[in-house]
Amino acid sequence: MDTEKEELYQALILDHDQAPRHFHRLDPFSHTAEAYNPLCGDRYTIYLDLNSHIIRQISFEGYGCAISKASASMMTSMLSGASFESALALFSSFRTALLIENPPSDDSLGDLITLTGVISAPTRIKCALLAWEAACTAIQGASRHAITPETTN
Amino acid sequence: MIAESVHMSQETVREETLDNIVEDVRRDFPILTQTINGEPLVYLDNAATSQKPRSVIDRVCSYYEEHHSNVHRGVHSLSQRATEMYEAARETVRGFIGAASTAEIVFTRGTTEALNLVAQSYARPRLGSDSEILVTMMEHHSNIVPWQILSGQTGAKVVVTPIHEDGTLDLDAFEQLLGDKTCIVAVAYISNSLGTINPVEHIIERSHARDIPVVIDGAQAVPHMPVHVGELDCDFFAFSGHKMFGPTGIGVLYGKETLLDAMPPYQGGGDMIESVSFSGTTFNKLPHKFEAGTPNIAGTIGLGAAVDYIQNVGYDFIQKHEARLLTTALSKLSELESIRFIGQAAERASVISFLLGDSHPYDVGSVLDKMGIAVRTGHHCTQPLMDHYQIPGTVRASFAFYNTIEEIDRLCSALRKAASLLQ
Repeated sequence: MDTEKEELYQALILDHDQAPRHFHRLDPFSHTAEAYNPLCGDRYTIYLDLNSHIIRQISFEGYGCAISKASASMMTSMLSGASFESALALFSSFRTALLIENPPSDDSLGDLITLTGVISAPTRIKCALLAWEAACTAIQGASRHAITPETTN
Repeated sequence: MIAESVHMSQETVREETLDNIVEDVRRDFPILTQTINGEPLVYLDNAATSQKPRSVIDRVCSYYEEHHSNVHRGVHSLSQRATEMYEAARETVRGFIGAASTAEIVFTRGTTEALNLVAQSYARPRLGSDSEILVTMMEHHSNIVPWQILSGQTGAKVVVTPIHEDGTLDLDAFEQLLGDKTCIVAVAYISNSLGTINPVEHIIERSHARDIPVVIDGAQAVPHMPVHVGELDCDFFAFSGHKMFGPTGIGVLYGKETLLDAMPPYQGGGDMIESVSFSGTTFNKLPHKFEAGTPNIAGTIGLGAAVDYIQNVGYDFIQKHEARLLTTALSKLSELESIRFIGQAAERASVISFLLGDSHPYDVGSVLDKMGIAVRTGHHCTQPLMDHYQIPGTVRASFAFYNTIEEIDRLCSALRKAASLLQ
């Protein structure tokens, strides 16, 4: 019992929940994304300062469970300074690690590996992906926008 | 098996015998013997759905193995037998809730469908754009959304009776909101989120004084207390089988015969007609007018078995034991430093909503699950109520008569662990 319990709520997760990183509004920001799960009431605003291909800064504010907040906090730590391409690749790896059984080990996940314990609680996968889905939708939007001729001239 | 000993002891259940009866009763529920995450299951999510006794499971199985056929159709023996079983269940349900006639017992998919039926078949033809539908702040979404849909169709307004901080209805406000424009009052007998038992007798009396009909969402009432629709004098009463130890997918709409008789059908199809031609169709008599298509025969027969089971166990035992569970749980939970109860009505069922410090209900629920304890977390399909309390949701422990004092101790001990882990 204790082992499994720890799998879901490892110390690192609780640390990010209780002392979330980059937990503030960004000023200035170029984009925001709303992450909302009406089932549990979790709601975050993610602030992004993007140039044509780099996430210069990323932060968040809001309320949610330990899993969703820790995941958002880790995301802001890992994506600050990242290229759009590497951010989206990390999101894809994280999602794969959460959604498929026995995923191959992936060093790029870093601290996110602690969140893969939620696989034992399938209803919580949505919590772990909440902030990522919102942020990556915004990044994808910015990325598409960046490659259009009007904005890249 | 609960058998005769329980039945005999119904009238004089003493405190010291309650534990023995619970022990017997628990043996009737096969699911309760399992372990979850390595711990014996503590099932405290009864307000979402209750577990099924062996007698219900067996009745459904034997129906499929020995008696299955379509009802109200064939001349063959099997069809007649299935029809007799189906209609016998209707008579059982009629007696269970004290309806005057089986014509007043309409089988539906559940409380939700029953409330939608009332909204569309009873209320819709009677409402104008200046009409009002009076509900309460503590309604389940199933007693809000059908009225909002109706509001969109007719222009009628959904008016909400507020509640006091302790989770009881503001009856003074109710009295004021009950007006000339009110066409129907829709109210839960017992709040699924707070456990509050609403004074439905008073609400019905005040509404009837103005000739306003009342529909009662009784889903949370029937598992906990005897209901007599005749004595209540409510116009409609809806409940679900699965919350009262019966199968899922079966529910009941009770309606006064004169009202049901005057209502148009809810759905069209087989069984609800008398004769069909392309020049016109005449509808079947009550209650079949409201039961289009092949019904949930097995579910209905299983519901009959659930009623038999409840009557055998007896509300006397159920109410005494659940009152003890509620008092004990409230007292032991109060000892937890960081607990905050949501809803503290004096008149309440064995349903307790709470928050643990700043911990998110989902996190508390996940930690409890790891210790084999099933509670509900979230808004419990009462988002307006959660908004009223300005919270995203609660942890809800809801008890049935098969829960034990020992399980309350396990809940409290697990909550202490959750608090130390999460806070």
